[in-house]
Amino acid sequence: MSDAALNRRFDRLRVLEETGKLKSRSRSRAVSKLMNNRLAVVGLCLFTIILLASLFAPLLTGYDPLRIDLRGRLQPPSWQHWFGTDMTGRDVFSRVLYGGRISILVGLGSALIAAVIGVGIGCYAGYKGGWLDAFVLRTSEVFMAFPQIILVLLLVSILGQSLINLIIIFVITGWGPMYRLTRARMLSLREEEYVQALQSFGVSTFKICYKHILPNALGPIMVNITLTTAMFILAEAGLSFLGLGVPLQIPTWGNILNAAQDLRVLQNYWWIWLPVGTVISLFVISVNFIGDGLRDSTDPSQQG
Amino acid sequence: MTGSPPVADPILTLRDVKTHFPVRKGVFKTTAGHVKAVDGVDLDVFRGEVLGLVGESGCGKTTLGKSILQLVRPTAGQITFHDGAGDDVDLQDLTNADLVPYRKKLQIVFQDPYSSLNPAFTIFGSLEDPLIKYGVRPRAERRRIVGDLLEAVNLRRDHMDHYPHEFSGGQRQRIGIARALAIEPDLIVCDEPVSALDVSVQAQVLQLLMELKAERGLTYIFITHDLSVTEYLCDRIAVMYLGRIVELADADDLYANTLHPYTQALLSAIPVADLDKKTDRIVLQGDVPSPVNPPSGCPFHPRCRFATELCKDKVPPLRPFGRNGHLAACHRVEEVMAAGIHSDRAADG
Repeated sequence: MSDAALNRRFDRLRVLEETGKLKSRSRSRAVSKLMNNRLAVVGLCLFTIILLASLFAPLLTGYDPLRIDLRGRLQPPSWQHWFGTDMTGRDVFSRVLYGGRISILVGLGSALIAAVIGVGIGCYAGYKGGWLDAFVLRTSEVFMAFPQIILVLLLVSILGQSLINLIIIFVITGWGPMYRLTRARMLSLREEEYVQALQSFGVSTFKICYKHILPNALGPIMVNITLTTAMFILAEAGLSFLGLGVPLQIPTWGNILNAAQDLRVLQNYWWIWLPVGTVISLFVISVNFIGDGLRDSTDPSQQG
Repeated sequence: MTGSPPVADPILTLRDVKTHFPVRKGVFKTTAGHVKAVDGVDLDVFRGEVLGLVGESGCGKTTLGKSILQLVRPTAGQITFHDGAGDDVDLQDLTNADLVPYRKKLQIVFQDPYSSLNPAFTIFGSLEDPLIKYGVRPRAERRRIVGDLLEAVNLRRDHMDHYPHEFSGGQRQRIGIARALAIEPDLIVCDEPVSALDVSVQAQVLQLLMELKAERGLTYIFITHDLSVTEYLCDRIAVMYLGRIVELADADDLYANTLHPYTQALLSAIPVADLDKKTDRIVLQGDVPSPVNPPSGCPFHPRCRFATELCKDKVPPLRPFGRNGHLAACHRVEEVMAAGIHSDRAADG
């Protein structure tokens, strides 16, 4: 393009800008930035596919994940059974789909609850400091000092295996790191001059810490939520694998993997553990990609 | 110069204001001492004047400014605000809730334009909440006010929908000034408002501050360490050293007739853009003593050319000398005057 044409084009843009017709679309900016991040889009697609497939499991498969068919045990993948069948003849594909519901609920659900608690308290206590902060900090240390596995054993032996117990344990052990992360961010952000400006106007403490400071702390928190989600899904799988998680008859990704404890299964019947392992990995990766993308897109000082 | 201030109409009176910060040590966090950032300041600020507050880093200028706004609660003393209609209130007695009506009268412009605006909000988003707080409910009204403010500081109205990172330092500082003006205060504490800016931009911002003062009848407390700026802006200048005011005088008087040895040293350090002119620079030895453990007697005595035994024992009070309300805290004012480096500026002027 020639210089003159380029100049004309810029002139037109400037006229538009000066007359106020060319507005910056501040609302959709974070979204468009997220959409420009290729990894985040891939993550979002994977996440959506797995989530939808789990939610609409009855539409995708005609098999009941709990129906035992002893005549059709350990069949390799075929057109009838896409992922084959397991030791008791249950359809693995439908178990993976239905299992996703529980696993995602446990992972995402406990991560979100833990985040709401940890961030909610951390934001206020970190901003106010003093005895409240010291008290919550020590409490969180007490909770974090407990090994998760012992806590699980304890609760399972007292209350029995259940979904709710597992979520409670994840929240109990998970809010501490969230709290500490938020608190640490608040400690540095509260010294910024814009905070003092708000104080000098007498704006209420709640508004200052939750509305004005928290958005600036969200980047690392967002990443931490996604990482925690991934961690909880793996932890659920691990605990169920050991037989400590969700009751065995409920299909979850971990419970399906549980079958792979048997060396015979591991060696001869790959279709029982490989598909579900792959789904877990893909889901965890997609969540991490989304977390990274969210962090970049919610930071307004980063252009892109 | 902005003309002499009206006589004896104080907007703010400070009496023996002290702001100490505890220093905690050891496992049990026992208080091992105090940083005496502000250690007994008496000061009157008159309505409509520009009061310069100068001193080197760490002398308590900023802490004093923040104490006035109650951003840092002073440890002792009185900070009385006079609203001009006979209502005098000691800000320190008030709880945070009771302070709210007075927050409207006092505002602050910060030093660092890069941390004084919230990066997560547009300019309108940052300026909106104070307006809501002071009862501007309709959104359209708030947008109008913020737009007017931005125009008052020579920015465009539509800049309110931009984020802070889209602005330059000077523009940000002007937004900071607009924010301070948002609720139409009477007194603005300018905490080194130009020290983070380019020299060319400094002049712009200072010019703007002075125009706004004339338009809106503001009073400024101008905290700075740049003496060449204070000379042109301030009606009166207070010199601080280690948490105390050591000299307070009309600006002309301070430059022409310096009474405190510390002020002399400060003034002699102003760079002069004239190669032929010889300046007797007074070079102070050593550093500012720690405010945790200030020297006995006059805080300046370890670095003072004129120090005697008396200076080591007794704290000199802030006493009036001559007319014009020239105050200085020094035992040996006569000797200082005799030896004075009566600056070339005054002789030229």
